[in-house]
Amino acid sequence: MGWLDRERTIAPPGFNRWLVPPAALAVHLCIGQAYATSVYKTALVKHFGASLTEIGVIFSIAIVMLGLSAAIMGTWVDTNGPRKAMFTSAMFWTSGFLIGSLGIFTHQLWLVYLGYGVVGGIGLGIGYISPVSTLIKWFPDRPGLATGMAIMGFGGGALIASPVSTALLKMYDPNSGAKGWVASGDSVGKLFLTLAVVYLAYMLFGAFTIKVPAEGWKPAGFDAAKVKASELVTTDNVSARNAVKTKQFWLVWIALFCNVTAGIGILEQAAPMIQDFFRQSDGASLVSAGVAAGFVGLLSIGNMAGRFAWSATSDLTGRKRIYMVYLGVGAVLYTVLALAGSSTTFLYVALAFFIISFYGGGFATAPAYLRDLFGTFQVGAIHGRLLTAWSAAGVAGPLIVNAFLDAQGKPGQLNASDYQPALLTMVALLVVGFVANLLVKPVDARFHEPRPDSVRPAEPAMEA
Amino acid sequence: MSTTNTPDARSAVNPSTGKLVVGWALVGLPLAYGVYETLTRVAALFG
Repeated sequence: MGWLDRERTIAPPGFNRWLVPPAALAVHLCIGQAYATSVYKTALVKHFGASLTEIGVIFSIAIVMLGLSAAIMGTWVDTNGPRKAMFTSAMFWTSGFLIGSLGIFTHQLWLVYLGYGVVGGIGLGIGYISPVSTLIKWFPDRPGLATGMAIMGFGGGALIASPVSTALLKMYDPNSGAKGWVASGDSVGKLFLTLAVVYLAYMLFGAFTIKVPAEGWKPAGFDAAKVKASELVTTDNVSARNAVKTKQFWLVWIALFCNVTAGIGILEQAAPMIQDFFRQSDGASLVSAGVAAGFVGLLSIGNMAGRFAWSATSDLTGRKRIYMVYLGVGAVLYTVLALAGSSTTFLYVALAFFIISFYGGGFATAPAYLRDLFGTFQVGAIHGRLLTAWSAAGVAGPLIVNAFLDAQGKPGQLNASDYQPALLTMVALLVVGFVANLLVKPVDARFHEPRPDSVRPAEPAMEA
Repeated sequence: MSTTNTPDARSAVNPSTGKLVVGWALVGLPLAYGVYETLTRVAALFG
């Protein structure tokens, strides 16, 4: 299939680079559905007669596969270009829905694990990293803005999928008007089939719209020397193989891991947590279930907005400084939330909103941070390897929070002080991340790829 | 195409307005719908 090859995607003269972000968004908005699985979670529990945990495993497998496939396939994505990567992602992601629907129709939960979890998860990983390197090359003057726009789509995808899925489930289920209605398995199966078709169309639009810049292309008036205002921004290149041997890669990995773990700490328990924080002595909460659902919606907006706003801001502040904000200011806000968050709902909501915006910002700024440290050569592959921090945090975050909360009681029946051990642990994690980020220094020259006019050095060993 | 940082290349980079409008509308409209739907839920927080 030569029409997918990188050579066929080289932009002709006159191509407008602002066509690239919508192509990237088309993919990220589709794979962002992964954060909208709660819409049909209860329906699947009832359909399969399974526990919430057994159904939750579907999402966990998908996120683990996201990290693994991004890490393993990153170099392949960089080598073969964004069109082939987006096309492959579309095939995996939509096949995941098709296999998943087969599992639902035939009452085979393992098929849903295999389909949505494993196959779909591979589509998630390849799709997530597919446009990153290309965007950075099209926007060398604003890499944070460019990757922020795309990665914002991953946050925004759930905002679209959630109401659309609810509407489709109601349409497909003849009993949707019944009191206490839970969608039937059949309607979830049909939802999966519909999503497969729609997402295939959108992702193929992205695949056939995206183009890579020609070798040596740069925006009019762009001067790389002017961008290199910070010593952390390199004009050299480091391969993915060498990047993982550097301290810098692992320091950024730790910073991202801590930032994501802390964010998940709030996201995981958002609805019961706000109700528990404002629980009265008689056991009733000042916050109703409807208001708690509104709070979860606000966090989704904060997550999405933070991805764009903070990542774009990083073009002005520099990546290391903005991570100091995410982790340092984040630690302070988290502390205030733990110790004084129950004083007023406005304070609680404002603190949580900013904390979640930092969580989203950490994701979106990471590719530009890697570009600064390692150059553009294999930034997509390096980003893929970095995303293992997300997978690890996806396991560690809920484990930490649930372990502390289980010792206190059941979420939905606790009070603010019961959350303090878990929240203060997250503060400690953020401090660890802050220190890791503070230690980031320019990458040693021995890891750089040889410039065209120089002799290639011997393979560098792991940095001490 | 080698480098476009020349006067000729710069003048060649003309925005393809139609494609831009369609491309951004295809992703922007669903996103705007999603944000709107979410904000209606958020309204309960301040209601």
